[in-house]
Parts: sequence; structure tokens; C-alpha cells
Amino acid sequence: MTAALETKNLQKSFGSLKVARDIDLSLPQGARYALIGPNGAGKTTLINLITGMLKPDSGTIRLDGADVTAMPAAARVRAGLTRTFQINTLFPDLTPIEAVTLAICERDQLAGQFWRSLGSHGAAIEEANAILEQLRLGDVATQRTRTLPYGKQRLLEIALALATKPKVLLLDEPAAGVPKDESAMLFGVLEELPADMSVLFIEHDMDIVFSFASRIIVLVSGGVLLEGSPDEVRNDPRVREVYLGHAHA
Amino acid sequence: MTDVTRTDVQTWLARQSRWSPYEIAFWIAALVPFVLFPSYLTLASQIAITALFALSVDLVLGYAGIVTLGHAMFFGFGAYFAGLTSKYGWGEPLTGLLLAGLAAAVLGYVISFLITRVQHLALIMVTMGLGLLTHELANSMSWLTGGTDGLQGVDTWPVLGFEFDLWGYTAYAYALAVLFICFLFCRRLVNSSFGLALRGVRENVRRMPAIGSSYKAHLRLVYAISAGMAAIAGALLTQTTNTVSLDTLSFQRSADVVVMLILGGTGRLYGAILGAIIFMIARDQLSDMNPQYWYFWIGILLMLVVLFMPKGILGGLTRLIGRRDE
Repeated sequence: MTAALETKNLQKSFGSLKVARDIDLSLPQGARYALIGPNGAGKTTLINLITGMLKPDSGTIRLDGADVTAMPAAARVRAGLTRTFQINTLFPDLTPIEAVTLAICERDQLAGQFWRSLGSHGAAIEEANAILEQLRLGDVATQRTRTLPYGKQRLLEIALALATKPKVLLLDEPAAGVPKDESAMLFGVLEELPADMSVLFIEHDMDIVFSFASRIIVLVSGGVLLEGSPDEVRNDPRVREVYLGHAHA
Repeated sequence: MTDVTRTDVQTWLARQSRWSPYEIAFWIAALVPFVLFPSYLTLASQIAITALFALSVDLVLGYAGIVTLGHAMFFGFGAYFAGLTSKYGWGEPLTGLLLAGLAAAVLGYVISFLITRVQHLALIMVTMGLGLLTHELANSMSWLTGGTDGLQGVDTWPVLGFEFDLWGYTAYAYALAVLFICFLFCRRLVNSSFGLALRGVRENVRRMPAIGSSYKAHLRLVYAISAGMAAIAGALLTQTTNTVSLDTLSFQRSADVVVMLILGGTGRLYGAILGAIIFMIARDQLSDMNPQYWYFWIGILLMLVVLFMPKGILGGLTRLIGRRDE
């Protein structure tokens, strides 16, 4: 079966610094994969490469078997490859209902219709509202994003991504900066994601990684050190040394 | 429960674009000059035309965040376009406006491919450069434009059967009607999904591709629309004065309109109109007192507004009367 997302020999350097070395990934449909690695391992860079925000020096990226390496970032999103951001990248003066409706309109290529009032896009608004309800944002749908508590803003990050109807969802540290007691809600949301959606997520909290991921990819200095099941990764001496070693020392 | 929140969201969105009593009062007030200040009708139509130009610039500068110091090129283009069509045999004003607007929109669309390639200082320089270029081009093509003497022989036919009178009743009624129609168009545009997308670009351009938006296409479209509207304003000036001078293309005009937007408040349609009114009345009154140094006072006003009302005079007013800042 074709992988939902596949990279082959992905390479990227900034000057003499290699930030991606020969990265081969294969994400099957419906996967729940975690991408872990120490700071500066190139995790976010890899997401930037996959989503087209950075151009790789060489290598290919395939989405559902189709080569998307040369495709602009926005077109990849419309093809079903969507990411979220580690640092909130939201629209501060829009309300969640506006932002999510905008994402839906962009997905359905309705955003250029300057002659139709926003209120006439009833289906898009209803869908946006449903997404906000699903992500526990229904009660703040009409408040400005900048006034929302941080945890709600993290949820809105995911809501915007879901509005694009992704086949492959790349989550860059969805729980970054969220206090432990609030991150439960966040991962409750992630557990409810459709089973056929393929998810790759970066996360530092190992409890979350081991409970949520079916497979784990360990990235070290731009290269894949190891890919395996949570147990394999947990027990691998190299991983303990480069990564878990610090935590357990 | 879900149904309740859904209607809440729908009504909230609908409320965002509802006409407020202030708006209705404003447009009724725009009719007052006919009755109370008939001797100022010429100034009033100048203001309406300038307000239309300011609206067009607000679409790109205020809503799409494209800082431009060269929009007079479209205003002047429209002015000359209307002047030339009338001089060479077709003086019907409504079709003249429409043609000038369409031609400028096409021109604007072509130029937009250059405009959306650059940002920040480079963007300002490119728009300014294009503005200066157009001005000099019109100057050197004096066989067509009349050069520094201006375009002579413009003959605008009556509009819908109304002759342009000496007092300027027809001129103001015509300019105000066109302003109102264009305003309705802008109002719809900013309250559409397209307007929302433009706000998205302004709020966070980095997120736009990540929600699947080819936002540069939005920017090109709004730039073309704005160019067309600026040209309609220029054409109106030609038709109501029956002459075209080179200063329709001048850098001063491009810069003045930005000053108006900052005075009134960018990114809000009434800010553009209010800024044009304040600027034009100040110019009229101050240049009566001292024709040479009147811009001194505009400079002072500009500094006061920027320092104390960062969202413009309209922003300050809405805060004063306690309305939600929108």
C-alpha cells in the first residue's frame, strides 16, 4: 500500500551546517508517529521541508504516492498535507470563528469571492462552528484570538489545521508551553482525530509520546538515528545516551 | 446546545456587517451641502472625489497591508483616460468612468505581479518609482497629454440628461452618487470572505500558506480593484472640471492620500472618507489664510494624530463614544 507521506534522501544544509541528512520517512495511512530528538536535532526543519516552507537541496517528498517536492506550500495544504506551529502562528485580531471559516473558504477556493457577504457562506460557517465545538472552543468562538488563554490558542492552532481537511497532519509540539493539567484536554482532542488521518507529531513530553505514538522516529543532528516501536526506542542504548540520558542522569 | 451556539455565531457574524445609525446619519449629512452650503459645492465634489481615491488606497494599504506611495498613477491614468475619450469624441460620462476603471484595473493587475514580489522598503520604492515614471511619461508625451499645459478640449456630455452647471449641483450629486456606489462595493468587499482573507494576510501572512491560501492571488486581485477605483476617482475629476493637469499624477497626490488615511484611520472605510474630508477642508481654509505654508498645519495635525490617536481620528472617536473598536 502507498504510504500517506514518504520522503526519500531528503537533504538540507544551511552553509556548512547539515540540518537534514538523507532522511527517509514513510508514514502509513492512519499512522500515529512521534518525532523526537534533542533540541537542534532538526525536527522543525524537517516539518518545514515536508510542508514546503523550506526547499530541500535534494530528495523527494511524496503525498499519497504523488511527488509534491516542487509544489508550493499552499498547494500542498490543499492537497491534504497540513502542519501546526510550535510557536502560535494565529491571526491575533480575528475571532476563532472568523479564522476557521477563512481556512475553510480557502480550502474550498471561495476566499476570492469579494461579491458575496461572509454570512452567505452558511455551510462554511457551520462547519467552522462544528470544528470549534469539537475542539472545546465553542464558547470563545466570537472572542478575539489575542484575548484567549494560551491553552485555547494552542487548540485553535489545531482547529485551523483541521479546517483544511488534512490527510496528513504534522503537529509541531502541540502541547508546547501548556501546563500539564491542561495538556490532558489537548491530547483528548488529538485522540479523537479521525482514524484514517495520518499524524506525525513532535513532542518533548515522553509520557505523551509513549502513550500516543504507535511508532517513534528519533532524530539526531539532522539524521534519523532510529525508528521503532515505543518499546524498541525506550530500550535502545543509543537513544538513552543521546536523548533520554539527560533526563535520567 | 449546539443549535444555540450556531445561531449565536451566525448572528454575531451578521452583526459585524450591519448598518449602524452613525453610518446612515453620515450619508444623510453628505446631502447637507446642497441646502446649507451651495457656494461650497465645488469643494464638496472635490472632497467626494478625493474620498473615493482614499477609499481605493485604503483597500490596498489599510486592508491588504500593501504600502503604496504611487497610487496617483492610477488616479491620473483614469483622469487622462476619461479626458482623452471625451476629447476624441465620446463624452458620455458613465461609460467614460466605467471604461477608465476597467482599463486601470487591467493595468493594475499587470503591475500587481511586480508589486507582490517585493515588501517593506522595496515595496514603497517600487510604488514610488512607478508613480514618478508615469508622471514623467505623461509629461514627455505632451502631444497626447498636453504636458504641463494640461489636456485641453475635454467636453463632458450631460450625465443622465443633467447638464454640469456652474454652481456644481450636478457635479456634486454625480460625485457623491459614484462615491456612494463605490463605497457600497467596498463595504461588501471588506465584509466578504475575500475581505476576511485580506485581514488574514495583514494579521499573519506566515499562516496563510499553512491554511492553504495562495494569498498573493488575493493581493493581486485587490490591487487591480483598487487601481480601477482610483481611476474612477480620477475620471470623475476630469468630468466635473473638464480639464486634466499633470498634477493628477504627481507624487504629492500619492503622498497626500496616505496622509489622509493616517489622519482618518487606516483599515476602516470611514477612516478614508473622514481623512479626506478633514484634509480637504483644512487645505481649503488654511490656504486661504496662507497659501504658501498651509502644509505646516497639516504636519502638526499629523503628528498629533500619530502620537495620540494611533488608530486615526476615527479610531479615537469610536473609542470616545465607547463603541466596540472595529
